[in-house]
Amino acid sequence: MLEVKDLTVEVGGKELLKDVNLKVEKGYTNIILGPNGAGKTALLMTLMGFSGYKIVSGQILFKGEDITHMSIDERATRGIGIMTQRPPNMTGVKLKNLLKLIAGDKDMEQMAESLDMIRFMERDINVGFSGGEIKRSELLQLAAQSPCIYLFDEPESGVDLMSIDIIGSTINDLVHGDSTCPGDRKGHGKSALIITHTGKILDYIEADRAYVLCNGTIMCEGNPREMLQEIKENGYEECITCKLKKA
Amino acid sequence: MQTEESLKKRAKAALRKEAAYGEKFDLDEYSIAPKETKYTDNLNELDEKSQRTLLNVGVVPSGEGRGGSLVMVDNAISHSSVSDREIELMPLHFAMQKHDWLKDYSWNLVPVDADKYTATSYLENANGYFIRAPEGVKTKLPIQTCLLMGSKDVSQTVHNIVIVEENARLDVITGCSTSSDVDKAMHLGISEMYVKKGGTLNFTMIHNWAEQIGVRPRTVIHLEEGATFINNYVTLKAVKSIQSYPTARLTGKGAFARFNTIAVAHPGSELDLGSRVIFDAPDTKAELVSRTITTGGTVIARGEMIGNAVQSKGHLECHGLVLNSKGTQRAIPILEANVDDIELTHEAAVGRIAREQVEYLMARGLSEEEAVGMIVRGFLDVGISGIPDELQKDIDETIAQIGKSAM
Ligand SMILES: Nc1ncnc2c1ncn2[C@@H]1O[C@H](COP(=O)(O)OP(=O)(O)O)[C@@H](O)[C@H]1O
Ligand SMILES: [Mg+2]
Repeated sequence: MLEVKDLTVEVGGKELLKDVNLKVEKGYTNIILGPNGAGKTALLMTLMGFSGYKIVSGQILFKGEDITHMSIDERATRGIGIMTQRPPNMTGVKLKNLLKLIAGDKDMEQMAESLDMIRFMERDINVGFSGGEIKRSELLQLAAQSPCIYLFDEPESGVDLMSIDIIGSTINDLVHGDSTCPGDRKGHGKSALIITHTGKILDYIEADRAYVLCNGTIMCEGNPREMLQEIKENGYEECITCKLKKA
Repeated sequence: MQTEESLKKRAKAALRKEAAYGEKFDLDEYSIAPKETKYTDNLNELDEKSQRTLLNVGVVPSGEGRGGSLVMVDNAISHSSVSDREIELMPLHFAMQKHDWLKDYSWNLVPVDADKYTATSYLENANGYFIRAPEGVKTKLPIQTCLLMGSKDVSQTVHNIVIVEENARLDVITGCSTSSDVDKAMHLGISEMYVKKGGTLNFTMIHNWAEQIGVRPRTVIHLEEGATFINNYVTLKAVKSIQSYPTARLTGKGAFARFNTIAVAHPGSELDLGSRVIFDAPDTKAELVSRTITTGGTVIARGEMIGNAVQSKGHLECHGLVLNSKGTQRAIPILEANVDDIELTHEAAVGRIAREQVEYLMARGLSEEEAVGMIVRGFLDVGISGIPDELQKDIDETIAQIGKSAM
């Protein structure tokens, strides 16, 4: 589905990502772990094509097609959907209007209700929204978009306890539907790449593979739960020494 | 009491007096617009092109959904009819003959010698519309008026008086436009509006001029105790120069005024648009909201609030978008407090559309053009009600064009 090859990215003349390689296969949910400032957000923003993230070398492939230099909307219409960490205040743009435009004929009523977003329909997107409300509004828009791959940047951060359940389970529903085993999920066909700093999201969604990103490079990959456990015990410093040992 | 004699003298003395703001036009280059025109009994019988011209400034030729219509072409009235029998709508000259008392309202708020434009309008004995909502009468349907420029190289002079008596409510939609073959002309428009105790005037004005037209409206609104005045002003099409600075005087306790201004300056256009509120009574309130866009022209967004009475509250908001580097936005907010217990605030911002906002929408699958269009539409949406579908369509088209020009 999505393949990143030797990706090196600069922001404002500073190299934030170096030779990043990763993959998300069809039906897979992969996560990226890493300390603050590792470059996780930079990676996701680059995958979506946001300006300011300059690809110095490497390639991004989506469904086999090279999208490295495609515009954001071309990527979106090909089936990439993103929830960024801090979406902008969209003054003057009502949630209802954008949702209608994204959803087309799809009826979003029920989804809006289950995300408790009905009363936000007439509001300007993100303006005066709480952390949890922003994420719920993003999920509603993503549901309308129904992409082939979801990119989530720390969906659990800045969210109140009340919202986290609904956000976690909605993410699981969107990505996996009812299916719980990877074989099934392959049939369902949706993929996801989720950045998580705390790993809290794993309480809600079964992930297939984890990558650890430190200082702009992928340190290692493996089983999500095992790796999270290890990081909880040893911290991210261990990843760096571990990588050195392997080399 | 102003005598005709003294007014004339003052006007004559002001014939060369330049306005405080805006490009200086030489009125000698324009002849007086024709004072006669063909009278149209039924606006529905106008040719399709003229009907479209009316529709594009919010004036519905069939009169459907309107309580009355008055159309002025050049300096002559070409149509006047009312279906709402409780409301008075007629040419001002006619009303002056009918009501002797009206002379006290005429040239009372706008001084004849404010500048050469008011002086000329006075000396030309400008005609226009007279609308009056009698005490306690509340219009269900808006009254529509249209001021049309029908001839080339002329100056059109207009004088309007609107009176909302105690506890009455009046909605007015005024559209100003140009016949398609008129390129160069001047429009001078005097408007004096009175909103008496407990009355409400909801006034919407759509301007739709042409590239070489100069426009100099002079408007003062007088509000008594508990009166409300809502002004919506929309100008989205190319024009040479508009300079206006309507002033609302809040003279009675609890009066409220709101000015919404929505404007687009195209290349070659200079829009010098302000609104001014004078708080002369306690407990008065005002909101001045201006949303302007330049696609290459100049916008000067002025706003002024002068607080002379306690417990008054006013907020001024000027937001300007610059869609390309040929355009200029200048926001000039002025706040003046002459008493201590008063709250006047302002918020001004000019600049480009945030890239981040455009990309947010693109990440949802909108093209860059669609994204800019959506942001512009939201930017200009200050919630004006009663806009007919045709005008809304025209506005949407203009916004789509603006979206393209931002690329
Ligand atoms: N515009 C920028 N210019 C320079 N440095 C930046 C910019 N944006 C982010 N950074 C830096 O790049 C690093 C990676 O940031 P980020 O991708 O947000 O990390 P993460 O999401 O893993 O916490 C951080 O050190 C951050 O301060
Ligand atoms: Mg981050």
